[in-house]
Amino acid sequence: MSTLSEPPVVTHGLTKRFRGGQVAVNAIDLEVPAGSVFGFLGPNGSGKTTTIRMLLGLIAPTAGSVELLGESMPKAQLRVLPRVGALVEGPAFYPFWSGQANLLRFDAADRTADPRTRKARAGEALERVGLSNAARKKVRAYSLGMRQRLAIAVALMQRRELLVLDEPTNGLDPQGTREVRHLLRELAADGTTIFTSTHLLAEVEQVCTHAAVMSLGRLVRQSTVADLRAELRPRLVVRTPDLGQAAETLKSLGVTDLKTTAETVEGDAGELPIEKFAAALVAADVRIHGFGLERPSLEEAFVALTGEGFDVAQ
Amino acid sequence: MSPSEAVTVGPRLRTKRYPLALFRSELHLVFGRARSWALLGVLAAVPILIGSAIRFAGGGGDAEGFLGQVAGNGFFLIVASLALSLPFFLPTAVTVMSGESLAGEASLGTFRNLLTAPAGRSRLLAAKMVSLALFCLAATMTIWISGLIVGFVLFPVGDVLLLSGTTVSLGDGLLRALGIAVLIAASLLGLAGIGLFVSSLTSTPLAAMAATFGTFVVLGILSAIPQIDVIHPWLLMYGWLSFADLMRDPPYWDAIGRNLLLQAGYLAVFYAAAWARITSRDING
Repeated sequence: MSTLSEPPVVTHGLTKRFRGGQVAVNAIDLEVPAGSVFGFLGPNGSGKTTTIRMLLGLIAPTAGSVELLGESMPKAQLRVLPRVGALVEGPAFYPFWSGQANLLRFDAADRTADPRTRKARAGEALERVGLSNAARKKVRAYSLGMRQRLAIAVALMQRRELLVLDEPTNGLDPQGTREVRHLLRELAADGTTIFTSTHLLAEVEQVCTHAAVMSLGRLVRQSTVADLRAELRPRLVVRTPDLGQAAETLKSLGVTDLKTTAETVEGDAGELPIEKFAAALVAADVRIHGFGLERPSLEEAFVALTGEGFDVAQ
Repeated sequence: MSPSEAVTVGPRLRTKRYPLALFRSELHLVFGRARSWALLGVLAAVPILIGSAIRFAGGGGDAEGFLGQVAGNGFFLIVASLALSLPFFLPTAVTVMSGESLAGEASLGTFRNLLTAPAGRSRLLAAKMVSLALFCLAATMTIWISGLIVGFVLFPVGDVLLLSGTTVSLGDGLLRALGIAVLIAASLLGLAGIGLFVSSLTSTPLAAMAATFGTFVVLGILSAIPQIDVIHPWLLMYGWLSFADLMRDPPYWDAIGRNLLLQAGYLAVFYAAAWARITSRDING
């Protein structure tokens, strides 16, 4: 019995150096807890897809090791991968075949998949992703969003213990995105561990229990989403036309890391009793338009960790 | 899925194995595509072309060999069509199919879906080769069947005069022609092996096809240079015409056997190379 306590994905010093010498993934140690929805975050080009390819045995690591469901990859891939549903770098299908025919083909490639139930399972998978009506249409005629759904359907052809999904909501419209997130939550509720890469922080905030952040091939952070959020210290924000006066007053009260914008003065109030600040500001003749603590978004944490926004990492 | 359907996740007892499903699926991929049928259609047209030319252009020519006998006995249309397809049409068809085999999956990106299914790299390669071999057989059988039909429609048919001067019944002749179709299919296996290997090197099917066909042409040119006849017995098409020895009584098996051995050698070398490549290749596509 592969117990639920054993982490389904573990890597040690996982490294990929491409032939040109470029290090795409640099000695990362991942540990994905069982039953988690694990958000794998990072800007484009940070090594997410390369990592996922190594997890699934598509490319060989230059150094380090991967354990999937307790077994060493890629050595045990024929035993392990039937228990893993995967979507790697966007949907890929035979355009001249129907969605259903594509599902049947990939299922037939898994020698543990029962041929007698193949059609029925394909039907169920198509229904779960909302493609029943397009099952017999050629994939050539599918929109990107439909292909993305079909790719998720491939992963759902069997009951999986682990889903490894690379940007599963890519190309979906808002409605489709909501549906896929809902589906992921359902699967997670059934006990499936979900490892999903994304560059959408909203996605992490909405569905993930854990997150890891990649930057330039390195794993810069790995924790629960709750911890990640808790670390973001709330900042004191004062909206006022009297910027100079306000800044001086706050400084005298012990607020650090002060920043002045066009309309606000912000700072780190630490453990200071901020309820007294308003009175002090008023006493100093500062006109207050707004006053309060603002918790930075995960996006700001992300930028702080990776030192960049969503630009392609070089 | 409603929560009531939820099952605790654990090891599922999928202990049964269905290793042949991939092979069936591969055949579906090869023969379930319009392109394959177009290729087979072209091959089916060869006997029609030759037959009509001989039937309607009058028998004034002085064609030799199997071609010269077609007007007198429609049976020979089968053998003549197979012989005339061997230098170009059949190798072209095999080049297209083998070049496409692995590079096609890589260019579509379906390679990664198959490997994460998991198909297993060695098994996938085996399935590709088996389907290629069956395509070779389908190609020659297409000519056999088309030749049979066209030959019987356009020409008188009767007992078959063999190269050795003896005459055998039409049934015996058809069996020999069937044997020739199988032999020619086997003669294409070396080229299919080369195509499979080249296809494992790239993610561009067209490049794989071009490189395979280029190799075929180079081997053909080498075969035509008498100064290097010392290497000729080792070239892919050296024994290709040995199929004619089936039209003797008794058949000469020597050259046929040597050709089959040579094809097996080419196939073994290039299949092994493709295996080495595919089992170590990083699938980035």
